[in-house]
Amino acid sequence: MSDINSNIPEGELTNKWTKYKSSVPLVNPSNKRTIEVIIVGSGLAGASAAATLAEMGYKVKCFCFQDSPRRAHSIAAQGGINAAKNYQNDGDSTYRLFYDTIKGGDYRAREANVHRLAEVSANIIDQCVAQGVPLAREYGGLLDNRSFGGTQVQRTFYAAGQTGQQLLLGAYSALERQIGMGKVEMYTRHEMLEVVKIDGKARGIIARNLITGEIERHFGHAVVLGTGGYGNVFYLSTNAMGSNVTAAWKAHKQGAYFANPCYTQIHPTCIPVSGDHQSKLTLMSESLRNDGRIWVPKKKDDTRKASEIPEDERDYYLERRYPAFGNLVPRDVASRAAKERCDAGYGVGASKLAVYLDFKANTERYGRIEASKAGIHNPDKETCMRLGTAVIKEKYGNLFDMYAQITGENPYETPMRIYPAVHYTMGGLWVDYNLMTSVPGLYCTGEANFSDHGANRLGASALMQGLADGYFVLPYTIGAYLSKEISVKAIPTDHPAFVEAEERAVGILNKLVNIKGTKSVDHFHKRLGHIMWEKCGMARNAEGLNEAIRDIRALRAEFWSNVRVPGTVNELNPELEKAGRVADFIELGELMCIDALDRNESCGGHFREEYQTEEGEALRDDVNYAYVAAWEFKEGVQFELHKEELKFENIKVAQRSYK
Amino acid sequence: MSTGNMNLTLKVWRQKNNNTKGALVDYKLSGISPDMSFLEMFDVLNEDLINKGEEPVVFDHDCREGICGMCSMFINGRPHGPKDLVTTCQLHMRSFKDGDTIVVEPWRAAAFPVVKDLTVDRSAFDRVIAAGGFISVNTGNAQDANNLPIPKMHADAAFEAAACIGCGACVATCKNASAMLFVSAKISQLALLPQGQPERYRRVQSMVAQMDAEGFGNCTNTGACEAECPKGISLENIARMNRDFASAKFISEETI
Repeated sequence: MSDINSNIPEGELTNKWTKYKSSVPLVNPSNKRTIEVIIVGSGLAGASAAATLAEMGYKVKCFCFQDSPRRAHSIAAQGGINAAKNYQNDGDSTYRLFYDTIKGGDYRAREANVHRLAEVSANIIDQCVAQGVPLAREYGGLLDNRSFGGTQVQRTFYAAGQTGQQLLLGAYSALERQIGMGKVEMYTRHEMLEVVKIDGKARGIIARNLITGEIERHFGHAVVLGTGGYGNVFYLSTNAMGSNVTAAWKAHKQGAYFANPCYTQIHPTCIPVSGDHQSKLTLMSESLRNDGRIWVPKKKDDTRKASEIPEDERDYYLERRYPAFGNLVPRDVASRAAKERCDAGYGVGASKLAVYLDFKANTERYGRIEASKAGIHNPDKETCMRLGTAVIKEKYGNLFDMYAQITGENPYETPMRIYPAVHYTMGGLWVDYNLMTSVPGLYCTGEANFSDHGANRLGASALMQGLADGYFVLPYTIGAYLSKEISVKAIPTDHPAFVEAEERAVGILNKLVNIKGTKSVDHFHKRLGHIMWEKCGMARNAEGLNEAIRDIRALRAEFWSNVRVPGTVNELNPELEKAGRVADFIELGELMCIDALDRNESCGGHFREEYQTEEGEALRDDVNYAYVAAWEFKEGVQFELHKEELKFENIKVAQRSYK
Repeated sequence: MSTGNMNLTLKVWRQKNNNTKGALVDYKLSGISPDMSFLEMFDVLNEDLINKGEEPVVFDHDCREGICGMCSMFINGRPHGPKDLVTTCQLHMRSFKDGDTIVVEPWRAAAFPVVKDLTVDRSAFDRVIAAGGFISVNTGNAQDANNLPIPKMHADAAFEAAACIGCGACVATCKNASAMLFVSAKISQLALLPQGQPERYRRVQSMVAQMDAEGFGNCTNTGACEAECPKGISLENIARMNRDFASAKFISEETI
């Protein structure tokens, strides 16, 4: 079935990576000094790769659109990072992390990649602690862990609700160290607008200096994209305002296949939309599901306050439907269950598009433990709640504060209202085992690639993958390619391929400012988001997807004839930046719908209403759809499907069950 | 459910670039909802300006959940506005009243030149970190993470210092435009951890030297930085930095 080669090494699953590492060709130190690598993106995947490659001796240029590499959106990850350390002695192992990830991904990820991820996961924690990342500790001075969805062990390391921030600042400090030593040239407030290809290989990029509007050409022996996910195609998501698909999409248009674009993760616990003015959605970490119980009233359209609804009139629907995993089922399952209850008329809050996340039971439980520690026997309820609130505050204080700030409600007193929101994209540029795209010399790491999470990512696995790719995988695998490039001298940027790529980029910028239409960029972005959320969101069907494709094509035509971009190309012009990104999102949105339509099954984050079990669970079709859908871009925004067959040799493929 | 009924007058700093003079420009806004964030209110303003064929206001922002540190508005004389412990993006319009006049300016400090309108250049912070705000450990050299127990109180204190988001509110609010809260937070984080000890005295000297070179002012202990910090970074960090700096200069064998 496969017509593309994923270059997975031969041999036993457990030995592949070890053997690969020991036999991969190397580049000697003096050659490394003359080899240039371009890294686009400075989040966990980009910053860690830039720092590590520079430490190894390569000449590195790193680009980000923000004013500092420390602001990449990895910073906003809250809950934690998984690693198979088994510090809790609860039976964790590399195999178990591998197994949980494949199962959590609904059997749509590549075994060899995921096993490698599980193998290096422990090294990440060691590395971060050595950098001074202050992960949470117990009184004995050892690292603490908590649980996340889709697992039955405690393997998640964390730093309060700011794990992403702390890990990113670790990678950022390693990167700044290399910048200070002159080994990385950092280009902040720069946006990549084109990949430059020479003789079929990626040889550089075209970037725009966002302050001056100048267009710059940069050569590299190889180019790495660590540019994050494309959740902002939905307009409203938990992504940062600037998060975009442009770098990946330009690469796609230069021949890099885009894999599984329809796999999007809708996170179950976000603050609900409050109105049309909303510009983004805010996540409430999955870690809250350790101590929060999710419920709706048993009665339809119940208008009573949460506190007035007695215990026996509450439906703890996750605990009811999935007794084995309860509130800690994977994200896709929890999101769909919330949608199901709200669609059936049991939603809460003004919009009725929300469910409760309630900490009361566990606050009381913690309070009882604290009281016992303090020698208080038979404590009253009030004492328990008071002592327990302090524990909850220590664990999740910043999240509770954020919730209070956004909603104006006090979550220590009333349960949080939450609803699913677009959070992460499992799809991305197709890469082989080496993390190389279908364009030789062009690599892709972190959320921007498709590789490790299948159709659904487990909580606390994004940070793990970003850092695994950047610290421990790419620095090895890129050597296999660069070892053959040592005789290539830096190509002058007046080469015709650079000139041509620059003309393409400049052409688009000029076109955008010259349309002088009547509608703002945000107007189009919101309309695109609406189509995507309604027709290609938590549930999809063939009819809706066909409509969406038609609507998006019409939107694309309207955008290119009626968008209004004020200002010029030769200055700091955020509207122009947004316009370029939305233009790419519109094309991507169409591909997502095409991919969702092609996949006649339900799996993970991709739920086709036509394909479900009698209990409403996702129904896979392993006979016909156990493949990675890798799409090739064709002239005129057409897409051709290539398939990479997924072979499961170490795991028995089964209907996913969390009951 | 979203349309609100607040009417506001904004006085917003407009400046084409660093070579031209700027000025406060008045804008009237109506229909603002108290549930909007401050930046969403600016989105409404910009949408209005674009529809009128005028240039929208340029301002820095990204995550809009208070962690990336990119948003940076000086609102009614206070960085990030009237509420304690929140960034501009987490400030909501319910903190203002119908009919209010709100003055919005960029961060003002010699080391943070204005780029355009409300956007400033904070790359000086990156250069201070590059001068020493790290532990020199290459990838692949780490021992097992639990080989070195760290007392919880030290780890927690390091975390509290590390919670700095690098927004620059401390500099903006300080009458001396001092960056000591920012610099000392990083120095403290690493000085509190065993991993940070080998470079402790070297680090404090090189980071302070870079801080001075960037043109930040000195600390006169007014404490405005701590009061305005959206992450509650403590003034104690500055005391710790000063102790380490003095130790480095007078006691440590390694002076640079």
